[in-house]
Amino acid sequence: MSNGILELLTVFVLAAFVGFEVISKVPSILHTPLMSGSNAIHGVILVGAMLILGTAQSGAEQVLGFVAVILATLNVVGGFVVTDRMLEMFKSRRDERTDDTGEHRP
Amino acid sequence: MSRGTAIELVYLLAIIGFILALKGLSSPRRARLGNLVGATGMALAIGATFFQPGLRHIGLIVGGMAVGVAIGVPAARLVRMTAMPQMVAIFNGVGGGAAALVSITAFLALDASLTPTYKILEILFGVVVGGLSFAGSAVAFAKLQELMTGRPVTYPAQQAVNALVGALILGLVLATLVNPTTVLVWVLLAAALVLGVIIVLPIGGADVPVLISLLNSFTGLAVAASGFTLDSNLLIVAGTLVGASGMLLTRMMSVAMGRSVPNILFSAFGAVVTAGGQVTEGRTVRASTPEDVAVLLAYARKVVIVPGYGLAVAQAQHTVRELADLLAARGVDVFYAIHPVAGRMPGHMNVLLAEANVPYEKLKEMDEANPEMDTADVALVVGANDTVNPAALNSPDSPIYGMPIVRADQAANVVFLKRSMRPGFAGIDNELLYGDKTVMLFGDAKDTLTKLVSAVEDL
Repeated sequence: MSNGILELLTVFVLAAFVGFEVISKVPSILHTPLMSGSNAIHGVILVGAMLILGTAQSGAEQVLGFVAVILATLNVVGGFVVTDRMLEMFKSRRDERTDDTGEHRP
Repeated sequence: MSRGTAIELVYLLAIIGFILALKGLSSPRRARLGNLVGATGMALAIGATFFQPGLRHIGLIVGGMAVGVAIGVPAARLVRMTAMPQMVAIFNGVGGGAAALVSITAFLALDASLTPTYKILEILFGVVVGGLSFAGSAVAFAKLQELMTGRPVTYPAQQAVNALVGALILGLVLATLVNPTTVLVWVLLAAALVLGVIIVLPIGGADVPVLISLLNSFTGLAVAASGFTLDSNLLIVAGTLVGASGMLLTRMMSVAMGRSVPNILFSAFGAVVTAGGQVTEGRTVRASTPEDVAVLLAYARKVVIVPGYGLAVAQAQHTVRELADLLAARGVDVFYAIHPVAGRMPGHMNVLLAEANVPYEKLKEMDEANPEMDTADVALVVGANDTVNPAALNSPDSPIYGMPIVRADQAANVVFLKRSMRPGFAGIDNELLYGDKTVMLFGDAKDTLTKLVSAVEDL
């Protein structure tokens, strides 16, 4: 088992360096979308929640796992949809679509 | 190739997707694509998980996901752009809560007496950090949604109490390592929730975005801890990516505000409303009329619009663009000066104004706009306050001293569109409001702008 934990620690350390390097220079207008996008990525806890619920034995484990799946799903879908809505605003500017009526969705 | 290997390969694809997503989100041109790549990676990872050998309770899993989608998608789609910051807070909080629950459930499932200590430690880390992130995000949500005061909540010996709860958590962790019982883990979760609440209470509303970024990073670390518990490279990499990049982003955001992260966390910023030295009671401001301001604007050569949260609240982005178009048609040089933290989150104003189809080249970042401010005839400040407060430059006792500001004070005339004389989000008075060259137009930003538009049209 000591080898297992070492491998996991190696992956952890490498991922930490990638995380620091990958977002070196971010213009301030993208701070919020980037925060929101990385927020969606940690929604990957859904995979953990699925595994936990999928191997649950007792009733208590099932209840906790079920709640975890709901919360994690909220994190995933909410995170990606909110980020996409933020970025949609940037896109419509370049496309110069003709919906120039000043209308906006609620 | 075994089924297990195939699933791990799909997970690897998902990991690549997450890294490319973060990279894409750091550049304006590829940001949207980056988000889609991230979502694709997530879909792959979730899809592959259904094929894990021995996965039971599929009905419950799908049911839980259906509930999450049924709540999450409408909430995310229907929320107004102004409420985006608190949505990010709440979606981050539920992620932290999920990580804490995954860790606790993993603890219930194992025979604690036969488990190596480091495994227990991984679980406890996930419980504490996930719980802290959940509770902290909930309070941040309540502050931004104005369910509670946005002001810092302080009480005597606050730091001592916080330190005590922190020490209690450390003690509980040690106790649980020695004697791993379920009851102790639940007590630990409760203590982590309390710590999350009391850490966030003294943080002022203007600093909440930086705090959300920090909690986002914490949730990432909690997810990574769950990854250790579940032996999952996918969770470790994705969680650590968010944890590390989130720390960096938190630092970038606090630098944009001219502050340090510890300063934001521990200084109860804005608690002392009168800080800044001047006694402002009994001083007068000059209120003007839309007609007078319309004349001032229409016969100016250069007008700089400085938007703030008031513009977002009033949903006035379309009306302000209408006014800018009218002025431009009369030959006035108009641009927008965007403070990095205008609104409640960095980039908030850019998103809102882009929604109203304001041309990109009209949006100038603060550093680009400031050298031009002294040549502007009018600075039209729409619902901004702290981000133009000269106290940040010349009043060392002011809590915002050192924060870079848009130099609206250098323009020949300053027009404030404000709802009232209430101080801004940081809770400090603004000297500029009482200046000789300043006039005020009180009222909702959208109403006032609409009046300005018709007044300019009538000229």
